[in-house]
This record gives sequence, structure tokens and C-alpha cells, in this order.
Amino acid sequence: MANKKVEQELVGLGKKLAKDIKDGKNPAIEFQVRGLSNVVFDQKTQKLALGERQATRAFFNVGHAKKFLQTLEVAKVSKELLEVEKHASLRDVFYMAKRTIPNSNINIVDEQKETDKAIEDLELITGFPREQLQVNANKMGSVAGKVIIEDKGDTIDWSKLGSGGWSIPSNVEEIQFKKVSAKYIIYMEKAAVWERLHEDKFWDKQNCIIMSSQGQTTRGIRRLLQRMSKEHNLPIYVLTDMDSYGWYIYSVIKYGSISLAHMADVLAIPNIKFLGITCDDIEKYGLHKHLIKNTDQDFARLKQISEYEWFKNNKDWQRQFKMMKQLGAKAEIQALSSRGISFISEKYLPDKINNKEFLE
Amino acid sequence: MVQQKGLTADEMAAKQQNISVAEFFERNRHLLGFDNKKKALLTTIKEAVDNALDACEEAAILPEISIEVIEMGSDRFRVIVEDNGPGIVKQQIPNIFAKLLYGSKFHTMKQQRGQQGIGISAAVLYAQLTTGKPVRITSRVGSDKPAHYFELHIDTQTNKPEILAEKTIEWHKDHGTRVELDLEASYQKGDQSVDAYIKGTAIVNPHSTIIYVNPKAEQIIFARVSEQLPKQAQEIKPHPYGVEIGTIMKMLKSTETRTLQSFLTTEFSKVGPGTAKEICENSSLLPNMKTDDMNLVHVEQLVQGIKKTKIFAPPTDCIVPISAELLEQGLRKEVTAEFYASNTRSPEVYRGIPFCVEVALAYGGTQPADQPMSILRFANRVPLLYQQGACAVHKSLIQTNWRAYGLQQSQGSLPVAPLTIVVHLASVWPPFTSEAKEAVAHYPEIIKEIKLALQECGRKLGMYVRKKMRVREQSERANIFERYIPEVADSIAKLSGEPKENVLAGLLKMVKKPEIQSEILSIPEQEEDHKKIKLKVSEDDDEQAEETE
Repeated sequence: MANKKVEQELVGLGKKLAKDIKDGKNPAIEFQVRGLSNVVFDQKTQKLALGERQATRAFFNVGHAKKFLQTLEVAKVSKELLEVEKHASLRDVFYMAKRTIPNSNINIVDEQKETDKAIEDLELITGFPREQLQVNANKMGSVAGKVIIEDKGDTIDWSKLGSGGWSIPSNVEEIQFKKVSAKYIIYMEKAAVWERLHEDKFWDKQNCIIMSSQGQTTRGIRRLLQRMSKEHNLPIYVLTDMDSYGWYIYSVIKYGSISLAHMADVLAIPNIKFLGITCDDIEKYGLHKHLIKNTDQDFARLKQISEYEWFKNNKDWQRQFKMMKQLGAKAEIQALSSRGISFISEKYLPDKINNKEFLE
Repeated sequence: MVQQKGLTADEMAAKQQNISVAEFFERNRHLLGFDNKKKALLTTIKEAVDNALDACEEAAILPEISIEVIEMGSDRFRVIVEDNGPGIVKQQIPNIFAKLLYGSKFHTMKQQRGQQGIGISAAVLYAQLTTGKPVRITSRVGSDKPAHYFELHIDTQTNKPEILAEKTIEWHKDHGTRVELDLEASYQKGDQSVDAYIKGTAIVNPHSTIIYVNPKAEQIIFARVSEQLPKQAQEIKPHPYGVEIGTIMKMLKSTETRTLQSFLTTEFSKVGPGTAKEICENSSLLPNMKTDDMNLVHVEQLVQGIKKTKIFAPPTDCIVPISAELLEQGLRKEVTAEFYASNTRSPEVYRGIPFCVEVALAYGGTQPADQPMSILRFANRVPLLYQQGACAVHKSLIQTNWRAYGLQQSQGSLPVAPLTIVVHLASVWPPFTSEAKEAVAHYPEIIKEIKLALQECGRKLGMYVRKKMRVREQSERANIFERYIPEVADSIAKLSGEPKENVLAGLLKMVKKPEIQSEILSIPEQEEDHKKIKLKVSEDDDEQAEETE
């Protein structure tokens, strides 16, 4: 049982600290340093990964004490959740930890950010993702397509769920794929575009899976995409706005993110491909009139992204970055609607996929 | 058209007459410090006490002064000031107390409290005008002499003393003077009260004992803290840099010297024959010019010539500071605080007049921490209670950056801190903004010296304030661990299955260890890498924030 292993890990942490105290040693937790300073891009696996640097968090240290306290607090919460076999949301955990220490005006945590960070630290310390520590994020995102799965004993057909599709949960570890007839997956940044494609029955016509979240991609979706890519060898295509933030969504799904570099192994999907919107699409589909001017922030972000190690030597992407800089503008996926409401499902996507117009 | 006819000289002469001193007083009462009833009480006491202290010091007697204020009826008070000074010879008593502008101090360049010989007689006149009662004086110059008692009025037409009663009496004192006045006044407590004045006087006169009985018949004794009399101030001649045309004209009239050369060398300080010659050259005047022949044009030339000549600074041994130690002792006696600092600057010169600045401060204790600090200003050992905002001391305080010394201060205002600052200006001629001697004029040289003195004390204060802050932070940090320990013990116990008591006992034992204590008390050091994460998350990685909510 995975749960038992997680629990053992937490008990081990407690025993190690209890022993430190018994031996008269400053109780301390060791784990890998998180943050850009310890993130490396592994050229071989094409994923972000954490470096070797270790950090020590000791209790009797003025700078560490509060974080030490918070880390142990969420570890305790996690263990309690494991014992009753229930899951809590990140928000729940915040409220479970939030209280004032008796006879003082010190709160264990003041903001959810603090418990969120403590949970991420606990992932590093135990080596288990937060879902296995019984903590879930909010579910966000929908999927539809010719796939049948089993989840908690229920059999679910992704092609028979009406207009809403199936909501992707935060924890997708227990899902089993029963039947997968679709040939590929399109993941898109915008829920509105997903609804367009769903209404047009795009997934039925093209025999594919359509998936979206709103904005940034949740861990649940990234994990689901990775499992489908690995277990069923499905190609994945990403559709985002043409701006630095949209392109970074692609980057995160493909290579992993800096703050979750320790999870890159279970989240990153190096073989996904980028469909659009590209700067070439503007020319090809005559979208010039529907460009939005870049702000200073957009330019700054573009510059940052173009300097990432994993993009630095990618000629195709560098060409896109350069073109966007020259255009000085960005475009939304929905700009395609200027060519007709179903232009995207009837022309744009089929053309792109048939002609293999991808960016890697 | 009616032709306007001018007045003849005869007609004008008929209108010209002596202005009575009563009229003079009425017109100038605000300049003399009698603008309202509250201030009248203070000024009266102040003039009497200033005289008493000056007299004692001049006679090298450690002052012992008793002040009594008795409420006689609505708005009517009796003031009695008694000293153990040298006493006043019988013939002089009427002139000193009952003739305006009579005195010895106006003509001397010497550091002392009184300046103009107007003070006590103005108080006598005020008392007489408001109550009609004469001033009662008792004075005795030695145990072998009788004590004289006088009752005096001022003749308001002629400015001459009018003796209402005169007799010799038995007196318990061997020597000293007692002044008793009835006047219209009002008594209030607070910053500008008689009480504040007496407290201030006690601070800057640590060699004096003052016994004060207020109108509520409460007796307060300010005991002497130093048996050491202040050094006698030396009289000096004016320095050329400090004199103006009018002063020189006056000096020329009264001088006994006959030539310009000898006038310069005799009547001024720091002018020898060489310097005098140089001044004459620079003024295009002959050294052997007769002083009687000098007119306004010559004097103007002379003033210009003086400006061009390099002259040594005036001697500064004529300045008698209180001394940093004694000033601090005086402050300690009256203000209960945690930290004291003081310092005395070396004498400097403004407009050819020597002066010296001293500062003492008291920090913490029972003083309110949420109000602007309090300022005690003194000139030649006299408290200045009015016109604080117009004073050079106030300006210097505001221009000093107290934040550098760990205090709170908004731009252009006094710091908010549990702090009392004493600033004493000693000078042969302290420059006041008005005759009432309430505020020191804004001479740049004086402001600069005050600021330097404040900074020197400020640096010592800053060290103390920061140390105190460190100690408090340390105890807060130690306190934090006490709070954290039960929480951490609970978590570890729940995770490991160990009994909570064991973990708790272990942690409590550990926190007392010296190496852990030094860890706790050390300056906090952030986890380096977590600082970086924060930075990077905000600029690099939107995912987290988006995902959580």
C-alpha cells in the first residue's frame, strides 16, 4: 500500500527528530535546496531537475525556527489525514494549521502561502507528491474524448458526459485507463476554446481527446497527460495564446517548472509538441488586425523566456521570440474566430495536424 | 481754502514733557515679561531669583534661596524671595529696587544672569500698579551690622524711589536679602509655570539649595548636589568684530584715551599696537588722530577697516560653563531616567562675542514614549520658558537627525521619544530675540555649536538605544522559542509516537544549554535559499499562485 509507505516516511521523520532531541542534538531536517539556484536543466532527459545542494532546517535557529514549526505542523496534518483516509485541499490544510499559539500573539501561519510552501518542502523531505500526502489542489479543467476509465470503482466514458465533460481531479494516481481509442490529445490554455471544440464535436470527428484548464496547468492535469503519454503513447499537442505567458505554459508542461523541479520526473512530458498560436499563424491566417500591443512587462517576460537554458539553443523557438519582438504584439486563440466561429475546429486545427506544423 | 498753520517751536515745547515711568511700563510691559497675569508671577520670581543667585556667586557664597508664593485672594499673590547673599548696603537699597534702569550690569561685558538693570524694579512697579502695595525689603550685610527694613514705592512721574517706611529690625540671618511683593497674578502648573522655572533653575544651578513653597502650601526642596561654586566670570572688553557704529560712538564719548591708536589698544580685547596700526591703515585713518575729532564718517571707515583686519578671537576664559558633569548631576536629580549623557563644547565666538554650549540628556525611565521629547533651554543658568519655537535651540534640535540615534522623528519636527534635553548657552552677551529674554537668536555660529553638542550626546544615546533594542529583541527571540517548543513537541510526538512529555522535557532541557542560547540570541539569519525561492516565484513562476486558488 502506497499509503503505508507514506505514513512510514512521516513516522521516520518524527523518530529521527525525537532521536536528535534524545541525543541532545539540535533537531534538524535535511532536504534538497529548492529554487533557481539549485535547479538544473538535464540535457539528457530534457527535464528540469533539482541539483545536489542540501539545506538543513534546524529548530534552534532563529532564522529557521518558524519554518521548522510549520513544516512539522503540515507533517502532522498529513499524518492525521492518512490515518482517517481523507483528503484535504490546500485551503483546508491552511485552516487546520492556522491558530494562535496559547499565551502569545504568534500565529503558526498567517497566510496560505506559508502552508503551501511547507507542503512543497514536505514533498521534498518525504519524496512523495502532495496528493499522496493526502493534500489536493482544487480541481480545475475538463476533458472529453473516446476514452473509458475507472475511478474509485466507477466506470466513466469521457465521450458521454454531456456539455461539461469530465472534471479532472487533483489526484489522478488511482485512475485506470480501460479503453483508449483516441489517437492524440489537444491540450489548450482556454476553457472557452475547449467549449467551442466540444460543441463542434471536434474530438469525435478527429478521434482525439480535448483537455483544458483555465490558465496555468494544474498538477493533476500534467500528471494525467504524462500518464496518457507514457501508458498509451498518445501524442500531445498544446494550444495557447500567442504571448509569453501562453508559451511558458507549454514550457512548464514539457520541461517542468522551477518551483516544482523536484516533481519533474512525474510531471514533465518532454515529447509534447506546440501547435499554436505561432507568429507564423498571424501571417498565414491574416490576423494582423487582431493583435494586442505588448506591454513592457510582456517584453521583459519574453526576454526572460528566450534566455532559459532549454530555449537558448532551440532555433525554431528563438525565431518565434524574435518575430514576436518585431511584431511587438500578442494574440489570443480566439482571434481565429474572426475567420468564422468554427474556423478553429474545421480548418485551423485539422490543417495544422495533417501538415504536422509543430514546434518542438 | 483755510490755510494750515504750522506749530511754533514754543507750542511744541509746551507739549514736550517727561514720559512717566508708569507710561513707559504700560507701553513696554510685553517686552519686560509682564504681558499677562500668569507670566507676571513668573517674571517677578525670576527677576528676584536671578538677582539673588548673581549676588551670592559674586560674593562666593553657596546660594540658599527660599521662594514662597502665597495666594491672597482672587488673582492676588504675595511673593517672598529670601537669599543668604552678601546683602545690600543701606543707601543702595532704594535705588536698586525702586528706580528703573539702575544697575551695574548693563555696562559690563561679563557672563551673568541679569543684563539690563530693569528686571526687579519693573516687578516692583508692576506690583505697585496692580495692587498699590509697596515692596518690602529686608537686607543685612553682616552679623556686626543691623538689618534694614524698607517699604518702597516708585515715583511714577520722576522715576525716583519713594521711601514709605525705614527702620532697623532684628533678623535671623547674618547676611542676605528678603524681597516681598504683592501683585496681581495667576498661578498655573505646566511647562511655562513657576514650578517649571524653579525646577529648571535647580538643574542648572547644582550648587544651590532652593526651598519652594507653592500657593498650595506644599514645600519642595531642591537640595544642593555640588559644593563647588562656579568659577567667577571674567569681565572682558569688547572685541572689535562685535561692535557696531553706534557702540563705537558711545565708547569714543566715554573713553579717557586721546588718540585712535591708544583707544583701540585700551578699549578692545585682542588689539595690540601692531593690530591697531593695521586697523588704522585698513581704515585710511591716522593712528595719532584725536578721538575727540572722530565723526560718524571716520567711525564708518573704522568699522570697514576692522572687517579687513585679521584679529585674534576674543579670550574665552571669561566663559564659565556649568561643566558636563555638574549639568548631568543636576538633570539626574530632577529627571528620573535610565540613561544620561552630557557634553560641554569649547568656547566659540559669534560677532566677536564668546559663547559656549552645553548639552545634557536623560532618556527612558518614566518619561512618556509617545510624545515629543521635552526641551529645557537655559541661557547663563536662567531657564527660558517662552517662545520655544522661535529659539535657536529648537531649530538646532529639529535640524538634527535623531533617527540616526534610533529615535522616531518626522521631517521638520522634534523626535517622539522618552527624552529630556537640556541646552545651556553661556555667553558674556547671549543674543536674545527680544528684551524679554525668551528665545536665543538664530546666529549660525550658535546653531552650529548646539548641533555639534547634540550630535555628540546623540551618538552616546544611539549606542544605548540600539543596545536596549538588541536586548529586547533577544529576549523576544528567547520568548518565541518558549512558545514554539510545546507546538513542536506535540508535532514530533504525534509523528513519532513518542510520549509528548519526553519530547517536551528534552527540548526544554536543550533550550537552556549555552550553545543553544547563543544560537537563539545570535542575529537571525534567513534560510538563504528560501529567500531566493520567494524572489523567483514572484518573477519567474506563476504556476504556484494560479494553482492554489
